[in-house]
Amino acid sequence: MNKQLRHISVAALVLLAVLIVSTTYWQTWAQADLADRKDNSVTNILRLTIDRGKILAADGTVLADNRKTHKHGLTIFTRHYPQNDLASQVVGYATNAGTTTGLEQSLDDYLTGANTNLSNSISQELDRLGGQTVHGDDVYLTLRPAIQRLALNELGGRCGAVVVLDTHTGAVVAMASSPTYNANLITHHYSQIAKIRGSCGDASALQNNATVGLYPPGSTFKMVTAAAALDSGAYTPSSPFNDPGYCVEYGKHVSNAGNPDQNGPEAFGNVSLEQGFEHSINSVFCKVGMHIGGLKILDYAKRFGFYSVPPLETPPDESAASGLYKFDKHGRRLWTPTTNNEIDSGRLAFGQFNMLATPLQMALVGAAIANKGVVPKPYLVQKIVGSNGTTVSKTTPQDLGQAIKPQTAAELNQMMQLVVQGGTAAGIFPSSLRVAGKTGTAELGLGTVYDAWFVCFAPADNPRYAVAVVVEKQPNGFGASISAPIAKAILEKLLGG
Amino acid sequence: MTLRNRELAALLTVGALTAIGFATVYIALKSQISGGSLGYAVFFFGLYLVAHVVARLTVPLADPYLLPMAALLTAIGVTEIYRLGPSNAFRQGLWVVIGVAVFGATLFWLRHDYRVLERYKYVFGVTAIFLLFLPLAPGIGETINGSRLWIHFGGLQFQPGELGKIALIVFLAAYLREKREVLAQGRLKDWGPLLVIWGGAMLVLFATDDLGSALLYYGIFVAMLYVATARIAFVAGAIGLFLVGAFAVSQGTPHVRERVTNWLSPWSTHPINCPGSPVKLLRQDCQSYQQVQGLYSIGHGGFGGTGLGHGIFTGTTGRQVIPDLNTDFIYAALAQELGLIGVAALLLLYMAFVLRGFRIALSATDGFSKLLAAGLSFSFAFQTFVIVGGITRVIPLTGITLPFVSYGGSSVVANFLLVAGLLLISNRANRELSGA
Repeated sequence: MNKQLRHISVAALVLLAVLIVSTTYWQTWAQADLADRKDNSVTNILRLTIDRGKILAADGTVLADNRKTHKHGLTIFTRHYPQNDLASQVVGYATNAGTTTGLEQSLDDYLTGANTNLSNSISQELDRLGGQTVHGDDVYLTLRPAIQRLALNELGGRCGAVVVLDTHTGAVVAMASSPTYNANLITHHYSQIAKIRGSCGDASALQNNATVGLYPPGSTFKMVTAAAALDSGAYTPSSPFNDPGYCVEYGKHVSNAGNPDQNGPEAFGNVSLEQGFEHSINSVFCKVGMHIGGLKILDYAKRFGFYSVPPLETPPDESAASGLYKFDKHGRRLWTPTTNNEIDSGRLAFGQFNMLATPLQMALVGAAIANKGVVPKPYLVQKIVGSNGTTVSKTTPQDLGQAIKPQTAAELNQMMQLVVQGGTAAGIFPSSLRVAGKTGTAELGLGTVYDAWFVCFAPADNPRYAVAVVVEKQPNGFGASISAPIAKAILEKLLGG
Repeated sequence: MTLRNRELAALLTVGALTAIGFATVYIALKSQISGGSLGYAVFFFGLYLVAHVVARLTVPLADPYLLPMAALLTAIGVTEIYRLGPSNAFRQGLWVVIGVAVFGATLFWLRHDYRVLERYKYVFGVTAIFLLFLPLAPGIGETINGSRLWIHFGGLQFQPGELGKIALIVFLAAYLREKREVLAQGRLKDWGPLLVIWGGAMLVLFATDDLGSALLYYGIFVAMLYVATARIAFVAGAIGLFLVGAFAVSQGTPHVRERVTNWLSPWSTHPINCPGSPVKLLRQDCQSYQQVQGLYSIGHGGFGGTGLGHGIFTGTTGRQVIPDLNTDFIYAALAQELGLIGVAALLLLYMAFVLRGFRIALSATDGFSKLLAAGLSFSFAFQTFVIVGGITRVIPLTGITLPFVSYGGSSVVANFLLVAGLLLISNRANRELSGA
């Protein structure tokens, strides 16, 4: 029987050896896969026990921290947003169930301490081994809470957005989206928050209008057209035009009368390009557009950042690229024409046709003009500090390239000052603020309901801040009357005017 | 050094390891448990010293490593049980008292010649069947997790199948020793007993839905049949019959079929019907919940584990994430806290135990002793394979305890009987060896 005994003992040992192999498989090969599964209770519970890093504003105001509770031997950290609705779309939220949005999502690895520098990672690993709480990194933003709050108050529940950029660095000083919501209520009142529509009736409080809100830029797009006209050498600010009150494109009249942004008479007669900009005369820009061609305008738009998603730290799917959009049964999608014939160049020149832009993109156009033609790279995160106090990363301001020559930028700067001094935005800003700006009142095909825009920077001779304001669907609401005052309130607060 | 002194020295090492284990858990969970409960470590060690003294008096020449290995396995189990819930460690302690008492009584009773058992083989056979079907008895049987394999008297739960396993091995050893020549000839009429046992296993499977016990009993039977007859054809035929039978039964019993589905595809991408839930759920949130959460626990342990006391087993509600964590699923808890290094060592310990068992079978001089030792050793290995293989998705998951480690009275008592049997056989073999 001894032979069989040896056989059966080998069989028994093989069975046990198989268990070592199978356990090895789950603990090494399959480990990462298992950890990533949504229904993994271990990682789900573990996440709650991490002391998630704080999110702080530029002045140290806490935008997100944790409330600590002890439950059944576990120390649980629940996210809390002390400023309630202040920057909900930018900061986003992180729930105990594991859902994240905004910076809470894109910076999750830092906030949970999974992605950090060496000295921090060593101290965190020691915490983990010792059964101590793991502390995430703190994130300091560029947002200034007072400006952010002012912007929200100025929007006052109307649908729209305000973006304030530091023109030299690209730091986002304020990024307000309205309607907004209280991020502390996400867990228990999500369905009510999801139903918030704002005064315009179709907005979503959860969406960051400043980065994904696509609006027809209207006459603010004339900044881009003028940049193309001047920078390409086709025109100078004093190039003469005759405005008969309309422009003929493809044999049809494109009338100034349809332009709610224009001030002064319907037909100006003999004007310069500069005056056309100052008074937002559509026929002038219609002629410029037809002359230089839509592709040239789009080329300059791309230099300002159109057709690409601005490289902000928020999740990529929470930002949209500006540009021409086509609408079909699948919804809207970005469209890149290849010939001038595909483009209604005359209308594109004054920001209608299929052009859609985000407030952030328009703020970047303003900032680039202010910044001698260099487009600053926008950023929200100033620095990331580890739980042991060491700086994990610090943002160095960068730029996205030279969009236009400094000479062109200086000419545009002048033209934008004329808009504020005696043009479409005359009489709104105190001269001490030295504002350069451009109004926009975009037609929506809804009669006298418009999207009201204002894009500006100040002080004009030594720019520090660029501001873009859009307020959606305003009945008889013009860029000058609705949005420019919001920009004024913000610039007064910023520059102490 | 005499064999028993060697055993004592090994037990002292185990005692030190137990103290370290309990101290680790205490340090990790200081905020939740009191230092007084560290007394459990001393208590367990004391019980094994009692077992050692009984062995010294009754089986002086027996293998010196089995008892310390059993003690180490018990210590690992009880440390984890203590970590998961200190009050259960106390109850487990009471069962170990009973286990040691049964162990001592068995050694004392059979110290002269255990082979008298051969005479009562049919008593053991009937007992095995009786114990197996006991949970079906109305009034005392209880269905847990879809399988009817528990009985309860008052507040006490008991799995009679665990003891039935020992009775079955004794019966088979005696029966096969007597019939092995006839069986080896392989005449058709001699296949009768094989078919009877196959039918019995299928009946158990069908009546109690207990795939684990059916598999374990049948596996023991096939292994012992092979040792007795040396006919590989029997093994092949028996495995084939089992697969055909199990497939047929699974068509009729949804519980068994479900376990196979859970094994093959535990994760579903679309919600499916979930028994007991008004809405459809993903399979991993319903039927295969225990299986996948067990895998998550094992995966989280990784190579080095979280360390004793640092594993994640309870959620914010305070409830344990994995059902039956300290009984059937204790391996998932150990794998998380001890990591691959720890559980690989644990499995090597099982291997060492099984090897010592087969060594005893090889050194035994008579057929009954060889078959008994082989049956006991193989059952130990195979039971470990069935539960750990189920948890790690090598085979369909079936509820059964991990020998010496899982929390549970019947399991503790049955395994002490198993060690007692191996020590008796070893003692006799060594006595004959030195006497000759």
